[in-house]
Amino acid sequence: MATDTLIGAGFTDPVFQSQAAFRALLVALSEPGTPQAVSGGVAPPEGLHAATATTLLTLADYETPIWLPTALRDGPAGAWLRFHCGAALVEEPRRAAFAVIDGAAPAPRLTDFDPGSDQFPDRSTTIIVQCAAFHGGGTVTLAGPGIATRRDIAPAGLRPGFWAEVAGNNAAYPLGVDLLLAHADGVIGLPRSTQIGKAA
Amino acid sequence: MTVHQTLPGDETSPAYNYAYLDEQTKRMIRRALLKAVAVPGYQVPFGSREMPLARGWGTGGIQVTAAIIGPQDTLKVIDQGADDTTNAVSIRRFFQRTAGVATTEATMDATIIQTRHRIPETPLTEGQILVYQVPIPEPLRFLEPRETETRKMHELEEYGLMHVKLYEDIARHGQIATSYAYPVKVEGHYVMDPSPIPKFDNPKLSGNPATQLFGAGREQRIYALPPWTDVVSLDFDDHPFETSKAPHDCDLCGAKDSYLDEVITDDEGGRMFVCSDTDFCAGRRAEGHEGRLGGDQKSSKTFANSFEGIWPATAGAR
Amino acid sequence: MYVAVKGGEAAILATHERVAEARRGDAAVPEISVAQIREQQALACARVMNEGSLYDADLAALALKQAQGDVIEAAFLMRAYRTTLPRFGSSEPVDTAQMAIRRRVSATYKDLPGGQVLGPTYDYTHRLFDFALMDEGAPSVMVGPDPTISGREGASSTTAAGDARVEPEHDGLHAPLDARMPRVPDILGAEGLMEPEVAPEGDPRPFDLTREPVSFPADRDVRLQAMARGDEGFLLGLGYSVQRGFGGNHPFVGEIRVGEVSVEFVPEELGFAVDLGEITLTECQMVNQFAGSKDVPPQFTRGYGLAFGHSERKAMSMSLVDRALKAREFGEAAEYPAQQDEFVLYHSDNVEAAGFVEHLKLPHYVDFQGELELIRRIRREREARLAAEPETLPEAAE
Repeated sequence: MATDTLIGAGFTDPVFQSQAAFRALLVALSEPGTPQAVSGGVAPPEGLHAATATTLLTLADYETPIWLPTALRDGPAGAWLRFHCGAALVEEPRRAAFAVIDGAAPAPRLTDFDPGSDQFPDRSTTIIVQCAAFHGGGTVTLAGPGIATRRDIAPAGLRPGFWAEVAGNNAAYPLGVDLLLAHADGVIGLPRSTQIGKAA
Repeated sequence: MTVHQTLPGDETSPAYNYAYLDEQTKRMIRRALLKAVAVPGYQVPFGSREMPLARGWGTGGIQVTAAIIGPQDTLKVIDQGADDTTNAVSIRRFFQRTAGVATTEATMDATIIQTRHRIPETPLTEGQILVYQVPIPEPLRFLEPRETETRKMHELEEYGLMHVKLYEDIARHGQIATSYAYPVKVEGHYVMDPSPIPKFDNPKLSGNPATQLFGAGREQRIYALPPWTDVVSLDFDDHPFETSKAPHDCDLCGAKDSYLDEVITDDEGGRMFVCSDTDFCAGRRAEGHEGRLGGDQKSSKTFANSFEGIWPATAGAR
Repeated sequence: MYVAVKGGEAAILATHERVAEARRGDAAVPEISVAQIREQQALACARVMNEGSLYDADLAALALKQAQGDVIEAAFLMRAYRTTLPRFGSSEPVDTAQMAIRRRVSATYKDLPGGQVLGPTYDYTHRLFDFALMDEGAPSVMVGPDPTISGREGASSTTAAGDARVEPEHDGLHAPLDARMPRVPDILGAEGLMEPEVAPEGDPRPFDLTREPVSFPADRDVRLQAMARGDEGFLLGLGYSVQRGFGGNHPFVGEIRVGEVSVEFVPEELGFAVDLGEITLTECQMVNQFAGSKDVPPQFTRGYGLAFGHSERKAMSMSLVDRALKAREFGEAAEYPAQQDEFVLYHSDNVEAAGFVEHLKLPHYVDFQGELELIRRIRREREARLAAEPETLPEAAE
């Protein structure tokens, strides 16, 4: 298979690149709505934004099954993740520790993934939602832990009804998935604790 | 995969990974940390590793720090508020050796502060990370020793037992007789143990611009408070939470609002009270503040309180 | 005036020098070598390997030397080193039925295929000092002058005495042992009287409690693993409590066997097993009663213990507690400490326990100051209250 021989490079300096990327991810999920750059110098495979690839390289390994849309799973992205992370690629969204979805695609829904259990709400899927841009979309207002008062964001390229799903995810708190919007080398964290409102 | 380095100044040590932990372990801890900030106050189980320092001596905090620290960081380590207590020195030395990281005693210069039992007096700022060493992460543990039961209580938000305990205190003593590790409720949901900080520090937990990470190594739990998280100390309408400290000013720097250590100065009832936060106290004295006994010695760091013991300042002073 | 002074790093480094001096002791006495410890203190090394969860007799001996013979400190050294070692994978399960036997005794059958093999044991020594051992360079006597300890005496007298049938041909020194040495529970199992050991569905890789957080109720793989590295004294006490009625089991030693087994590993790239070498193991299988239930006829149940090196007390204690911890699986009431997995697993780890007990010597003066302030305030308020209403005492709270 061509993909096997054409796997792009991962981190050149895994210890420090993953540490820097992790700190950006920690800020992203600690301060929801703030764009953070996760640039690990990684050449992402086709279909993954640089931020998506760097995030998975930083966090995923053989202990964390990953869900990808079929086209990505069967293409260079799947091969790249198998090679660099040693991660299993699963077909069932509910089994995934990490997932990558296209924000504009109608499926799968956020509720298709693992929301964790009542006693172990941490055992839930972290979903990387790839989107078209971090501005230019409809504005939503965020509130909750990590946000001093309110914070507005307007990412573009998200399916209709996406924010209702995110609000529904928050309503199930402490259960729920945690989201990372990804575009180019940026991420915006939307943990389950974040409340979603329409901009005033 | 892993980059090894020889410990600086220690030719005979085997090479260990940067910050001691292997990369797979760091990934596992990092995943736990991200879930912890996503569910503030909830205790995330993690595969705590054996560390070369004793369990119960800060291995949870050390693992958290090791998983987050990088070359761009400046680390401060305190125990009882002081940079020079033995265990703080030992842990700071560990990260100097294994991560070659820059260290500081100045609260405001640190990007990561690992602490045992205190929150610094100097207000923390955005971007700083406070890492707590936690002995018993479960706030309900002394009311119910079984993990299987306490986990159910958190699931059902069944915290009546805690309120009963606090209420019994009031019945017996006229007030809540908990002076440290005072339980808090996070964002109206999880009841959390803030680690054994004095309740004097509890108000600093809430709405803090810094990120607060808690690591319990022996008990294999990590939890977190993202910046600006709402944290409420448990109380009753007719017995509201109140902080407390020794009713004195610092004898060295004169601070009226800092947490104090009591130092016994002789066997005839003599004692002095000094800031537990040594950096805060030294900073105030450098600015010219003086306490009852601080006047003539304010430039000397030897008056900072520490674990090392108490010695006569001058022979024959008694 | 008195003031507190800083000590800091210099003082800490000074403690390292002091401990080095204390370790060496009187320099006029020759220094002990790691090889001497490994060869002459093998039982201590076995304990360090067990509680340190690492099979390496040289490192165990080094740990004991470095820790001045403090077994828990030595186990701690082993674990802190072990955690940094890269993992190549898991070995194939070792087969104790194929063990090269050094010692094998059963309390349930007078004789059985392979016979009773006493091997090296203190069981029949009289605990009288062998002062000859004080005399360095004297010809080494095994344990004492008692001829019955080596198993080389004639069979008749001890056989007649009852307990253990000693067969000289099974001495292991003079004659080869039987090739076939079936495990006693397997003999009972062939008759359908023994609880079978069934792998969990899908035969998953066992849990690794050094890599993953434990949750409760804990499965048997987790329990056995925790006990294998657990403190021998703690498990001994718990096992003893089971015998004394704090746990309703009535154990028989089905078998204890000590000897060498080979460890095999299948490297991914080869796809077949390669022999990594031999390790010494002690295995104990206790046979316990079980009354049966409406689904299961009465049968014997198993308590299992396995330990590195020659560690009979550890393996026996573990097997007692293993059976007690099966209470839940057998629908028995779990009323006693030895039957409660959370109690046993959280408290058997001596490195953790020692760390937490000993952390009490760290400074706690911030918290203690909080307590001082509180108790002074409560007393002040109490006195004020009593002074205000001299005749009414506050109700004593229960």
